[in-house]
Amino acid sequence: MSLDLKLRPIVDIRKCKFNTENFPTKSSDEQICVEQAVQKKYEDLHIKLKVHPSLPELLKEHHKNFLYNSITYLSSGYECLDSSRPWLCYWILHSLSLLGVQLDNRKKKSVVKFLSKCQNEDGGYGGGPGQLSHLAATYAAVNSLVILGTEEALASINRQKLQDFLFRIRQVDGSFSMHVGGEVDIRGAYCALSVASLTGILVPKLLDGTAEWIVSCQTYEGGFAGFPGMEAHGGYAFCGLAALVILNKGHLIDEQALLRWLVNRQMRLEGGFQGRTNKLVDGCYSFWQGGAFPLLYTLLSRDGKFPPNHIFEERALQEYLLVCCQSPAGGLLDKPGKNRDIYHTCYTLSGLSVAQHYRGISILGSKRNAVMPTHSLYNITPDLARKALLYFSSLGLPNKGTSDT
Amino acid sequence: MSDSSDENDSQYVLYRDRPEWKNVTPLKQDDADEPVVAIDYTEAFVDCFDYFRAILKNKEISERALELTQTAAHLNPANYTVWQYRRDILKGLDKDLNEELDYIETVILKQTKNYQVWHHRKVIVEWLKDPSKEKYLTEAVLTKDAKNYHAWQHRQWVIKTFKLFDGELDYVDCLITDDVRNNSAWNQRYFIINNTTGFTEEVLKREIDYTLLHIKIVTENESAWNYLRGLLLHAKEGLSKNKRVSDFCEELYASGNRSPFLLAVIVDMCCEVASDGAGDTRYTVERAKELCGELMTKYDKVRANYWQHMIETMDNVGKKGTEDEGSSVN
Ligand SMILES: [Zn+2]
Repeated sequence: MSLDLKLRPIVDIRKCKFNTENFPTKSSDEQICVEQAVQKKYEDLHIKLKVHPSLPELLKEHHKNFLYNSITYLSSGYECLDSSRPWLCYWILHSLSLLGVQLDNRKKKSVVKFLSKCQNEDGGYGGGPGQLSHLAATYAAVNSLVILGTEEALASINRQKLQDFLFRIRQVDGSFSMHVGGEVDIRGAYCALSVASLTGILVPKLLDGTAEWIVSCQTYEGGFAGFPGMEAHGGYAFCGLAALVILNKGHLIDEQALLRWLVNRQMRLEGGFQGRTNKLVDGCYSFWQGGAFPLLYTLLSRDGKFPPNHIFEERALQEYLLVCCQSPAGGLLDKPGKNRDIYHTCYTLSGLSVAQHYRGISILGSKRNAVMPTHSLYNITPDLARKALLYFSSLGLPNKGTSDT
Repeated sequence: MSDSSDENDSQYVLYRDRPEWKNVTPLKQDDADEPVVAIDYTEAFVDCFDYFRAILKNKEISERALELTQTAAHLNPANYTVWQYRRDILKGLDKDLNEELDYIETVILKQTKNYQVWHHRKVIVEWLKDPSKEKYLTEAVLTKDAKNYHAWQHRQWVIKTFKLFDGELDYVDCLITDDVRNNSAWNQRYFIINNTTGFTEEVLKREIDYTLLHIKIVTENESAWNYLRGLLLHAKEGLSKNKRVSDFCEELYASGNRSPFLLAVIVDMCCEVASDGAGDTRYTVERAKELCGELMTKYDKVRANYWQHMIETMDNVGKKGTEDEGSSVN
């Protein structure tokens, strides 16, 4: 099924303004400020539409160029991400694959080589060569290698040692710390389960108590917090939900509360998602919140009946991403007025993919705006995820894992 | 991207030009031959981390190593390897941890949204077993950004670990008075009660009154509505049978208010009564569907698909009716 979506009428958008009820506060002041900037973008678009009826357009070529340059060199502005270089690889590689771009073999080889330099003796990957193993860097490295997809890339992962590393950072209550001596939060659970399930090293002993710990992060609002007691938050909600789906323990949560919290994160006027109640829209939550929907559908449809359509407004989300989050020079961003960066490029495109693909494809603007679908658990394209799952499962469990179970 | 503009930029001396580092051979980063996400580091960055790698390799525990980690952490506060090593040095040299607390405070105040600096703070507080400065520090951060997630997480940890709940409800009340839409403050309110008195009948009554008072002022404030729902999770009688709440909602509705959060709560009340099979006659599936229809077409259009989904779910429950008591709506 293929569907062409139409823009929301501008007169409707104008009616969506935040109602302060004569009681302005800091939150509402900031909200109104963002709404004005976003509305201006929509007003401008509707003027341009008269001359360019094919708008809004995904600037694919510009994004490709931006990403393609970044996989090799980055400006000194990225020094603050010097401990997240496998992340940079993943964000770029995944963005490129969503845009349908394959790296040439030479480039692939060099990325595998680089990531191998980040892989440590203890089985984890560091944020750069010579840095301690970190669970998030490990997640990013494994996902990157799966996207590269070559035998060399997949075989470069030392699964036995990777499993050892996961056991080392596992806590007694089933949660995971991000590195030896590092902080514990729900990202750890997701990253651990993601890499373990992808590479076929998931054993029951690794997961004792993990589902219960994750469930304890669901808040009274319905979303998940990074840590029990904290506020529900988009990034953490995705982590919690995806981890539970991997564990096949989704039924332990209050699904209806999660659904209600999720749908309410979509902003009326902007069309994009906010990360928390009464916070501002941000393009990256297009994936963290939007990407949670397909996972939730699998929980809601245990009796085999999937919702016939997206339960969020997929066209308003596409509108926000295409109209408000693109840098004319390539790359995408958080909200109007912000600079482009690689992280936001990855998660805006991923969110666009979620909005476009559900039981068929629904595209706002020209068909050329289509991006590839993405796997809702791992956020890599489904063909690559399948290939890796097959490859690793054919290898069987590492020796130690077998004796453990 | 950190502010690299040091106050004393002009006097900054590279490590390779410092006499006390003469006996150390800097260690280049072992990057692959072909550049991959290769950052165009500044000279100071490369210089500092070349020496950092060298001493990390030798596990040098010394004053100069401690000083170096400070520079490295300044250049990239997200480098967890630097912070982890710094903690090893602090232990090895048996340093005065109160000094470290002062230092990390200045770093946190400049880098409020960074996992590593808050984690470092937490470990030092654990070592010292002294939480006396933590409330003050988190308040300093929250004054500028009342929703800073790291600050709240640190505060919750301190409060829970060291039992510092006294006065917290007043603090939260101040923040809610300041910005009734501050969802982090509402969440903190829930956290305190959950970890102290619990939601006893008496507390519930007090909290429901408090919340309704705030909803009255701003009826479209989702934070307060969500908190109300959170409270009612603990009410034995559920959402629909708390007379105080249902009367409040009906009054608000009768006054012409169409806050989507009000309508949504009434929808859920209807569903609850319907699935219980008996109760308040104001709450019926027909009314729920009608409200969903209004939300869909008028008051909450961006969530039209959701309200449509809710109507369909209710239809399915209605169809199953007698053969299956299970409801998927509440
Ligand atoms: Zn963002």
